[in-house]
Amino acid sequence: MPPETKIVIKDFNFYYQSVQALRNISLTIHPREIFAIFGPAGSGKTTLLKSLNRLTDLMFGTRHTGTIFLDGANIHGPQTSLTQLRRQIGMVFDLPTPLPLSVFDNVAYGPKLSGATQKGRLAEIVEKALRSAVLWEEVKDRLHTSALRLSGGQQQRLCIARILALEPEVILLDNPCSGLDPISTASIEATLAELKKSYTIILVPHTVQQASRVADRAGFFLNGEVVEEGPVYQIFTRPKDKRTEDYVTGKFG
Amino acid sequence: MVYRTRYITQGIAKVLIWLAALSTIGVMVLILFQVLAEGLPVLHLRFFLDSPKSMGREGGILPTIVGTFALTVVAILFATPLGVGTAIFLREYTRESRISRLIRFGTDCLAGVPSIIFGLFGFVFFVIYLNMGWSILSGGLTLAAMILPTIISTAEEAIKAIPPSYREVSYSLGGTRWQTVMHTILPSALPGICTGILLSVGRSIGETAAVILTAGSSLLMPTSLFSPIRTMSVHFYILAREGISLKMAYGTGAALILLVLLVNTVANWLLNRYIRRRA
Amino acid sequence: MEIREKVIEKLLLLIAFSSIAVLALITFFIFEQGLPLIWKIGPKAFILGQKWIPSKGLFGIFPMIVSSFLVTIGALALGIPLGLACTIFLCEWSPPAVGTVLRPAIQLLAAIPSVIYGFWGLIVLVPLVRNYLGGPGLSILSGSVILGFMILPTIISISEDSLKALPPTYKAGALAMGATHWQTIWRVMIPAARSGIVASIILGMGRAIGETMAMIMILGNAVKMPSSFLDSARTLTTNIGIEMGYASGAHREALFATGVILFVIIMLLNSLAIFLSRRRSS
Repeated sequence: MPPETKIVIKDFNFYYQSVQALRNISLTIHPREIFAIFGPAGSGKTTLLKSLNRLTDLMFGTRHTGTIFLDGANIHGPQTSLTQLRRQIGMVFDLPTPLPLSVFDNVAYGPKLSGATQKGRLAEIVEKALRSAVLWEEVKDRLHTSALRLSGGQQQRLCIARILALEPEVILLDNPCSGLDPISTASIEATLAELKKSYTIILVPHTVQQASRVADRAGFFLNGEVVEEGPVYQIFTRPKDKRTEDYVTGKFG
Repeated sequence: MVYRTRYITQGIAKVLIWLAALSTIGVMVLILFQVLAEGLPVLHLRFFLDSPKSMGREGGILPTIVGTFALTVVAILFATPLGVGTAIFLREYTRESRISRLIRFGTDCLAGVPSIIFGLFGFVFFVIYLNMGWSILSGGLTLAAMILPTIISTAEEAIKAIPPSYREVSYSLGGTRWQTVMHTILPSALPGICTGILLSVGRSIGETAAVILTAGSSLLMPTSLFSPIRTMSVHFYILAREGISLKMAYGTGAALILLVLLVNTVANWLLNRYIRRRA
Repeated sequence: MEIREKVIEKLLLLIAFSSIAVLALITFFIFEQGLPLIWKIGPKAFILGQKWIPSKGLFGIFPMIVSSFLVTIGALALGIPLGLACTIFLCEWSPPAVGTVLRPAIQLLAAIPSVIYGFWGLIVLVPLVRNYLGGPGLSILSGSVILGFMILPTIISISEDSLKALPPTYKAGALAMGATHWQTIWRVMIPAARSGIVASIILGMGRAIGETMAMIMILGNAVKMPSSFLDSARTLTTNIGIEMGYASGAHREALFATGVILFVIIMLLNSLAIFLSRRRSS
């Protein structure tokens, strides 16, 4: 495992009004690995993800303590551009969320907003992103039809292509396969394996099995805390904490 | 038996209610039928293209058509940016707070102000104080103030109907707040906003009290924004009340009804198409 | 880029205050023009005075207040039963096909300009009243009938919303206890939707008191205290509408003063309606 770090989370606490959603999170994410965050519902996984690209800034009445570093820079620091941060850290949500636009316009949305406006350049960007998301072959003949007509699995890959078009460094995926059939799930997982070669990926898996299939390292989340983290083979076969063992073996869920 | 009485009561109630509903439609049909029946024969091409002669006893109503159109355009031009901007601010740039509650209260109050008060206001503010005189501009600005609440509330409803996920997606792709509004919110809210605009157009066309006090009642073709004009509804009112020409009054009234019917039908069609798309 | 965003935010904040600004301007100018005269004559003399003779400097608006009140009561006497009946019809008792015809028809009723209503009243209703009931025909009765139909859409649409907003358990529960459909509507649902229906009535009242053009055409022009529903009369609104065209000096100020009284009455009514409907939805 390369010794450099991509994202460092240090003593991070997050509060929704008076409810504390994240407690003393300290994690290190390495470049070009797939890190899975797993645990029961409501344990703060989505909140952590949204804190990484500061989507939490959109909510009112939240506050946090602690720091998050991306490539050594504090993401809450004054020099950090919010829009730039969100292009560097892209996010795919649990339900496919195509915008009510054509396939092409969906993928081109991010680049257009960040200034790339020449038609030729946009077409290149869109094709490259769709190829990386393993969607190009399926949509190349209907780039200008509505994205709402694609199947669930295709829409989700479209969402991946959307963020790839911005050439991010980190990709966050919050339960991306939750509404998808097994075939679509398999294709997304295959895409992730390909993407790992160039991007750092943080994934909230649908099941523990998905994490063990796809991820390199994993962290177990319970009630807003990281109970333990480590390489996948170790966490799922010889977990150090009893709570992790109970969850992984299905004693609670 | 008590059992029977209940059903007798229900039967009577049912009859009365059907009567009420039918008479409501009946009266409306009567009103429209009366004016259209007498007025449609008056409507021929010359009626729309000619200017009035001898105070409206003969000729056509072209200047009033131009006046109605000009006044409506001015009103929409001023009210739409202000109204949509208010809606965008309320829904995208702030959350429920004292400011937003105050703004909403002001909008609701404005919606309840009667048209004659708008007429008095427009007269003293635009015609006299700002020295615009009786003009298209004075009338249009007064109408803009009248339709502002409608535009604000329909725009707000349209924006409210947009799924929150669209916003999340736009922000997560690096969009700024304004970019999100321009590229995602406004395009999606456009049909609803247009419906509000059309409803306001319909209202402007029929508005008389405020217009007569601010745009004047000149029968001449307007030459600039500062020309006084007479709108179709004002012309209709004057013809009817002064007893100038019943035939011309019917004709103008029929034209007025047709115009309002057209605008409202388009607005409803747009509303239905918009609702169906959302559902 | 960041500066542009900040500028846009401040601009939108400014724009958002436009409705309040307009309301403030209206309030200011109406009061500025009308209040001095009320003060000069004395509020009691103005509001309770029964003589309106501009040429002699007499400005008492009590007859207009009474006429506004009478016309509105008459309109409500027609509008409330008819409005409730149509609402019940739409919500509970019409086959869906009829509803799709009736609802747009009611919207159309709302869109028809008031001058058309006034015209029809003048041509059809006024002679009817004159021939069958006596009097000049241009009367408070005629005005009430027309006004009643004009406020129907307001009452119907808001009452319909409140009936529809009731939890379905109200109806289901009553029916399950053996009540007839009518009993359920009349004794359970309508009382439960009471505050919304009352709000709609108050809004309808505001609309009725504020109506000008149709009333000018139908009520006649009598400046005296009305003694029956068949009398001609002048409301606060028609007072302004009829004379504004040629008034000047103190006369014009008096018309603005009439506007002040009208404005205050309507603002009170509408605030009540807004308060009631906000309370309902919270």
